[in-house]
Amino acid sequence: MSVMELNGGSVVAMVGKDCVAIASDLRLGNQAVGIAANFDKVFPVNDKLYYALPGLATDVYTLREHLRFRVNMYRMKEEREITPKTFTHLVSSTLYEKRFGPFFIEPVIAGLPPKTELEPNPKPFISCMDTIGCITTPKDFAVAGTAGDKLYGIAEGLWEPDLEPEDLFETISQTLLNAVDRDALSGWGAVVHIITQDKVITRTLRARMD
Amino acid sequence: MNSVLAQLQPPKHHFGDDEDRRELERDAAEWGSMGGFGNLGRSGAPSAFLNLHTDSMSANPQAKIKLAHGTTTLAFRFKGGIIVAVDSRATAGSYIASGTVKKVIEINPYLLGTMAGGAADCQYWETYLGMQCRLHELRNKERISVAAASKILSNIVYQYKGMGLSMGTMICGWDKTGPALFYVDSDGQRLKGDLFSVGSGSTFAYGVLDQGYSYDLSDEDAQELGRRSIIAAGHRDAYSGNTCNLFHVRQDGWEFIGNYDVNELWYEYEAKKKAAREEAMAVEA
Repeated sequence: MSVMELNGGSVVAMVGKDCVAIASDLRLGNQAVGIAANFDKVFPVNDKLYYALPGLATDVYTLREHLRFRVNMYRMKEEREITPKTFTHLVSSTLYEKRFGPFFIEPVIAGLPPKTELEPNPKPFISCMDTIGCITTPKDFAVAGTAGDKLYGIAEGLWEPDLEPEDLFETISQTLLNAVDRDALSGWGAVVHIITQDKVITRTLRARMD
Repeated sequence: MNSVLAQLQPPKHHFGDDEDRRELERDAAEWGSMGGFGNLGRSGAPSAFLNLHTDSMSANPQAKIKLAHGTTTLAFRFKGGIIVAVDSRATAGSYIASGTVKKVIEINPYLLGTMAGGAADCQYWETYLGMQCRLHELRNKERISVAAASKILSNIVYQYKGMGLSMGTMICGWDKTGPALFYVDSDGQRLKGDLFSVGSGSTFAYGVLDQGYSYDLSDEDAQELGRRSIIAAGHRDAYSGNTCNLFHVRQDGWEFIGNYDVNELWYEYEAKKKAAREEAMAVEA
C-alpha cells in the first residue's frame, strides 16, 4: 500500500503556440474503490496561471490553502500578480520546508508569463516537481500522478511544437483520456484548461467511467 | 477418482539413468496422449519461488510477476437456468494489461467455468477439467454431472494446496438434476449454491444482485440483472470493467448472449436514472 497510490489521480500540462494547457482526471478513490468523480486537482492562481496537485487527497487541500495564503501575501506585499516562474519557486520552497515529512504531492504548473519591457514576447511556461520540491522545467510537456508513466508514453507520441489552442486541446485531451484508460486508479472523468492571452477555456470531457 | 489422481503423478520408469528418464518423460509429455497435460514439475519449493517472483504468496513489492487478481464474476441459478456474467479487465498492479480477457471458460457445450485469481491457473485447470469430463463421457456413456465435474477440480486444487495456486471459480451447467452451480476455490473449498459472485468487485455485484434476485425471474430480467451487476461493479471497482460477457445456461447447453461495453451501458443507465428523476419531479409539480 503506497501513499501516492491511495487516492489515485493524474495530471498533465502541455506547451502550445502562445498558449498552455493543463488537465487532470476527476477520480477520488480509496484504494480499489471509487469514491467521487468530481475531485478536481487543477486550481487557478490567476487567469494566466494554473497548477495541479496530484497525490494524497488530504495534502491536496492542505497545500492548496497553504499556497493560497502565500500567493495572497505575495500580492499584498508586491502589489502585482505572481509570475509562473516565481510561483514555481514558491511551491518548491513550500515543499522543501517539509523535507523530512513531505506532502505526498507532485505539483505541475502551467502559465503564461506577463509581457515586460525586458521580455516583450515571453514563452509559455510549464514546470513540475517531486514531493520535496526539486524543479524540472520541460519545453514540451509535464506529467504526474498514478498514470504518469502512461502519460509520458502517449505525450511523447502525440505532442508537437507550436500547436494552436484548439489543436493543443485535442492533443492534451487524447493524451489524458488514453493514459487514464490504461490506469486502474485514474479516470472517472477529466477536465481540461487551455490558457491563452485573452481567455481560459475550461472543458469537462466525457471519459470512461470504469 | 483414483484414475484422476494417478494421472497427476509424473510417469514412472524403471530403466536407464536419470538423463534417459528425463528425456523419456519429456517425450511422453510432448508427444503422448496427454498433450503436455499432467506434466507439472513438483520439485523445489514452489512457495519460496512464488514469494520471490510473484505477489501471490506475499506482498513483496519487488516481485516481477504480478498476477491478475482484480475481477468481477457472478453466476446465479433461476427457473430459466443459470446466468453467468463476468467483466473483461486484467490488471498487473495498477496497470490495465488488457480489457478484452475471456473470463468465462467454455469447458464443453454444457459446462462453463469462470475465471478469478490467477488467469493461467484457471485457464489451464478448467481446460484440463474439460479433458476429464470427456473421458468420463467415453467411459460411462453419459455426460458428467456438474457436481462430479466441480469435485474433480476441487480435488485437483486441493492436491496443490500451499503451492501458490490462485483461483476462485464457479462451475455452471445443466445435468439430469437440472441447472447446477458450484463455487470452487484454490483453498479447496467447494460450495453448492444459487447465487455467487467472486473477485475484487464481488461486493458491488452482490449489492445489485441481492436487490433484484428472485428464483422466478424471467429469462430477460435475469440476463439484465447479471449485466447490471457487472456494470455496477465495473464502475466502482478500479480493478474491474471494460466489457461484460454474458452467458445463459439452459437445458440444451450454454448460449453466449453478448459482449457489452461497461462504459457505454453505464452512461445509458445514468441517462435512464436522470429521465426517471425528471419524470418524478414533473409528477410532483
